[in-house]
Amino acid sequence: MTEVRLAASASAAPVVLAHPQATAPRPKMAARGLDFHYGGFHALKGVDLDIAEKQVTALIGPSGCGKSTLLRVFNRIYSIYPGLVARGEVLLDGVNVLDPRFPLNRLRSKVGMVFQKPVPFPMSIHDNIAYGIRHHERLSKADMELRVEQALTRAALWNEVKDKLKQSALGLSGGQQQRLCIARAIALQPEVLLLDEPTSALDPIATGRIEQLIAELKGHYTIAIVTHNMQQAARCSDYTAFMYLGELVEFGRTGQLFTRPAKTQTEDYITGRFG
Amino acid sequence: MRASVDRLHRRRRVVNAFNLVASCACALFGLFWLVWILWTTLRHGIAALKPGLFTQMTPPPGSDGGLANALFGSLAMSLVAIAIGAPVGVAAGTWLAEFARRRALGEAVRFVNDILLSAPSIVLGLFVYTLFVRPRGHFSGWAGAIALALIVVPVVVRTTDEMLQLVPATMREAALSLGVPQWKVTLQVLYRSALPGIATGILLALARISGETAPLLFTSLNNQYWSHDMDAPLASMPVVIFQYAMSPYESWQSLAWAGAFVVTTFVLVLGIAARAVLLRNKVSHD
Repeated sequence: MTEVRLAASASAAPVVLAHPQATAPRPKMAARGLDFHYGGFHALKGVDLDIAEKQVTALIGPSGCGKSTLLRVFNRIYSIYPGLVARGEVLLDGVNVLDPRFPLNRLRSKVGMVFQKPVPFPMSIHDNIAYGIRHHERLSKADMELRVEQALTRAALWNEVKDKLKQSALGLSGGQQQRLCIARAIALQPEVLLLDEPTSALDPIATGRIEQLIAELKGHYTIAIVTHNMQQAARCSDYTAFMYLGELVEFGRTGQLFTRPAKTQTEDYITGRFG
Repeated sequence: MRASVDRLHRRRRVVNAFNLVASCACALFGLFWLVWILWTTLRHGIAALKPGLFTQMTPPPGSDGGLANALFGSLAMSLVAIAIGAPVGVAAGTWLAEFARRRALGEAVRFVNDILLSAPSIVLGLFVYTLFVRPRGHFSGWAGAIALALIVVPVVVRTTDEMLQLVPATMREAALSLGVPQWKVTLQVLYRSALPGIATGILLALARISGETAPLLFTSLNNQYWSHDMDAPLASMPVVIFQYAMSPYESWQSLAWAGAFVVTTFVLVLGIAARAVLLRNKVSHD
């Protein structure tokens, strides 16, 4: 199953080099010489990575390799904790968002994030979606209803919740809650979506729905997904970055990285020899 | 081999039984006194209940009366104390949990708050006496309310701090990653999640101050007559209970029992209400 898909996506891929700069057609976001420190721990070491526009880029690697950290630098969510330092550049459409002068909340409205564990806010389903919109835009009631419906439809949740929008979001199942979180993020009409292991807390059926959703969202958003599941990376991403011990080891077309990895470390990891 | 395993299992069963019995005995020992206290309060209190209790004033020795002025005084001072102490406590607790997390200043304030939490209430009473009563030359309901508010503040700070810290970090991150500023996230998302806990803390603070006697002895003192002037000495349940219970007059002692019963019931109801608030939240979370 996986191999067939891998082969298919590999044959569809243009010939690309395994060098970061050469692979991505038009980078929406990019890391340039990115270093990250948790207190004394050097978590990212000179990472250069392009996230191609309206494509899915998967970040894989063993636990502690820095893939989640990298994602958390992209929308500067790390900065809510003291003692964490990012050096280097993270470019969004060529502008360095790590520059303290770059407005933080504008960055976060453009670069949405979905976390490992679904975290619905303790309010109604409708208000979960409307919450972020209300802060950034003044919408009429009718426009707001429309936006909420659009977001829920796009997150493939509308049909399941349209009759209970006023009910608490805490009553939804885990898979529904995660789709709600995705809807909440895309309701702000972001340009980039960061997904941090979005299915690791879900059962296989809910995981399948989220993966299907990622494929549908790709046309609208630039997506970066961190995953522990290599089949998942192979199934739903166009590009894959393999990270190890805070370094970007290999980056390339997903098909190529999984079938003809350039580095031994990558091959060892994807064939399950370590990690 | 077999025999030694059997011996081991037998030994474990004996140790288990011994510890179980010892634990139950300790629990019973604690419960015994509690039930005795409650039972005595209940028995004497109910016997002393009478129609005029909530309408008549505290009587002079030997004559008949009620506790209306003391009830009013206690209620007024407690509510004012909550009105002052709860907002201050919630605000300070929020600062500790959300804005001073893992910072030295925050840790220092938390430590000082914990000291205040266990400060003897009589010290707080003396403090307010020196600050408000002596300069103004008279005891007053306001001074009593301030002394009680000083007891409320650390309790509410502690519960607000703890309840906000219990809100999962992921919820904070999820809300902040929508580009909403931190103060708004705190007010609109985190409070919603922590509200039942914070409300419980405020109810428990109210329960705590409704029985405090020492801080009132130096501040509101007492008033034999009906008064709703917060700027004058004010009667309160704990002080009246203290005064009447120590007296040699049987009618006063009986009123003290009735008062103790009323205060105990009030605290019990608050405790149950606090649990109900917490429990309701738990159900909605699952």
